[in-house]
Amino acid sequence: MPVVEIRGLRKRFGSNEVLKGIDLDVEPGEVIAIIGKSGSGKSTLLRCINGLETFDEGSLTVDGKPLLHDDRAAMRALRQRVGMIFQSFNLFPHLTVGGNVMLAPELVKKRGQPAGAQQARLLLARVGLAEKFDAWPDQLSGGQQQRVAIARSLAMEPAVMLCDEITSALDPELVGEVLRVVEGLAKDGMTLLMVTHEMNFARKVASRVVFMHAGKIHEMAPPDELFGAPKTPELRQFLSALHN
Amino acid sequence: MTFDFGAVLAQWPLLLRGALVTIGLTAVSALVGGAVGVACAWARSEGPGWLRWIVGTYVELVRNTPFIVQLFFIFFGLPILGVRLSPTFASILAMVVNLGAYATEIVRAGLMATPRGQIEAAESLALNRWHIYTRVVLPPALRKVWPSLTSQIVIVMLGSAVCGQISTEDLSFAANLIQSRNFRAFEAYLIATAIYLGLAIGLRRVLNWAGPRFLFGRL
Amino acid sequence: MVDFTLWDIVRNLLLAARWTVVLSLIAFVGGGLVGAALLVLRLWGGRRSHAFVAGYVQLFQGTPLLMQLFLAYFGIALFGIQTSPWFAAALALTLYTSAFLTEIWRGCVASIPRGQWEAAVSLALDFLEQLRYVILPQATRIAVPPTVGFLVQVIKGTALASVIGFVELTKAGTMITNATFRPFTVYACVALMYFVLCFPISAWARSLERKLHARR
Ligand SMILES: Nc1ncnc2c1ncn2[C@@H]1O[C@H](COP(=O)(O)OP(=O)(O)OP(=O)(O)O)[C@@H](O)[C@H]1O
Ligand SMILES: [Mg+2]
Repeated sequence: MPVVEIRGLRKRFGSNEVLKGIDLDVEPGEVIAIIGKSGSGKSTLLRCINGLETFDEGSLTVDGKPLLHDDRAAMRALRQRVGMIFQSFNLFPHLTVGGNVMLAPELVKKRGQPAGAQQARLLLARVGLAEKFDAWPDQLSGGQQQRVAIARSLAMEPAVMLCDEITSALDPELVGEVLRVVEGLAKDGMTLLMVTHEMNFARKVASRVVFMHAGKIHEMAPPDELFGAPKTPELRQFLSALHN
Repeated sequence: MTFDFGAVLAQWPLLLRGALVTIGLTAVSALVGGAVGVACAWARSEGPGWLRWIVGTYVELVRNTPFIVQLFFIFFGLPILGVRLSPTFASILAMVVNLGAYATEIVRAGLMATPRGQIEAAESLALNRWHIYTRVVLPPALRKVWPSLTSQIVIVMLGSAVCGQISTEDLSFAANLIQSRNFRAFEAYLIATAIYLGLAIGLRRVLNWAGPRFLFGRL
Repeated sequence: MVDFTLWDIVRNLLLAARWTVVLSLIAFVGGGLVGAALLVLRLWGGRRSHAFVAGYVQLFQGTPLLMQLFLAYFGIALFGIQTSPWFAAALALTLYTSAFLTEIWRGCVASIPRGQWEAAVSLALDFLEQLRYVILPQATRIAVPPTVGFLVQVIKGTALASVIGFVELTKAGTMITNATFRPFTVYACVALMYFVLCFPISAWARSLERKLHARR
């Protein structure tokens, strides 16, 4: 059974239709890379999946449960299954690194002090930041902050992780350390949907690549096929623009 | 509980006159107080040390005392020194003094935002200090702080309601007069309050409209 | 005419200044509580409560405090309750303060980047948890300087309670003037006392503001 099942998803901002009917199934353990021009609706699609945006038509299920915007309890349950990492990290500046990671498990999963701290330390070790437990977010580099954000999201033990251009705000030399963490997650079997401009990374790690164009999934295929033999002129143009 | 708004509204000529006086007081003190603010802002950022100190003291004294005390000091206190003031003049003086202090701080904040490079460009064009201040530094500063200045003028207009207490015949005075005649205090003050609200909204609109047209050019 | 020395004047004014302080504290604390409730209502409630709070703020910020005091004074009487200047002043100043504080705090909450809310949402926190554990701790830090600064406005605002007969510093000044015929001295003393009360708070607010900006 797919973890995420999207059928005929449509989303409008006023009169501007941004998603024009999206169909997508994501199987457990799959890594989906989403590429496409700016404004093609990539972020909006991800944000619909964890309910940051409401959609107008179609259906969306996670773990077989439909997304119901008006049902607070259902949304809370859904968001425990779906984690999200943002381009701008969005660490909570008033909490330490450890505090950032422990906050949600403590509030939502009612995890007590020793257990929460222990889990946080393990997760920070997993992203290579074991020694930063007591540091403040503004003492970290961008790459380190993004890795903390990943650990924070993992603390909720999500079934799916959404990553929206998570390396775009980073200096080039810091991109690698974040991508390595993501690659590790993929190897461990995490289901990932990631919007990315790192084509080499998509080629290496993704099980499928989705090319979005004008609010639709224009092409979708395993990376070798999609990058090696693009079928539509739009994708060809997009890819050739990248190389120049 | 029965209300009789009719008894108050029947006195509309009084209310109208009062509202006009309030508008007049506000207009005069906005113009003069604004000018005081601009002058003091210049003195405080460009003037000699002693002048900065005087202006700084003036600003702090005014901002840390209530308007009603300033008004009473001017109206009741100054005559002892041989200065006789009519209620209207005392009111205007108090409002100018009050607005001037706040405007000084507001304009000064705007002045600090003018990029150094623009002043240097003006200097390299051989403009004199007066021209640099009035033509180069001031317009963008005013544009930047116009919303704050507008709010402050509205605050001064609303604050002027206490001027009725020294029998300046403004809107609050009209309300006092009406309620002393017909004992409909709540209704009289409610209607006066509504008129003040209308004046505040209208004044804000007028200032938002007028600023860009007459003071600092279109954006 | 009684012979008042300068010390007599100052002593009587100081005694009255206690009530200025008490009334200010009541208005500030009461206004803070009402203002906080309004803030939650505005952030949490639907369109209607949003409009209600906006209208409330507009009403109190767009009309003279003096008129609000009169309306409270004569309005309470309409309910057949025996009015006292005390109660009317405390009520009017509390409502007035709440309108300003809720607006100040709303601005502080609005200045927290949207990403903070979104990150908290994504971690499955519910609205009150987002507010309490993520947004308010950050908003409080930036809210402290303007809130302290507004205390000065409250203290100055209490001077208007003199007009409805509440005996605080300004009213005492008027009474002493009537007894001594020395308005210049008396009002100068009154002004000075307000200054002594307000200036340190203003200076404190400014230094808090500076520290906040320095830490960024
Ligand atoms: N909150 C919003 N209100 C109105 N329009 C929006 C909003 N968010 C996004 N849009 C519009 O929706 C369209 C798609 O936006 P989206 O952010 O999904 O694009 P994207 O593919 O992620 O682009 P980018 O690569 O620049 O991030 C754009 O035209 C954008 O202007
Ligand atoms: Mg995007």
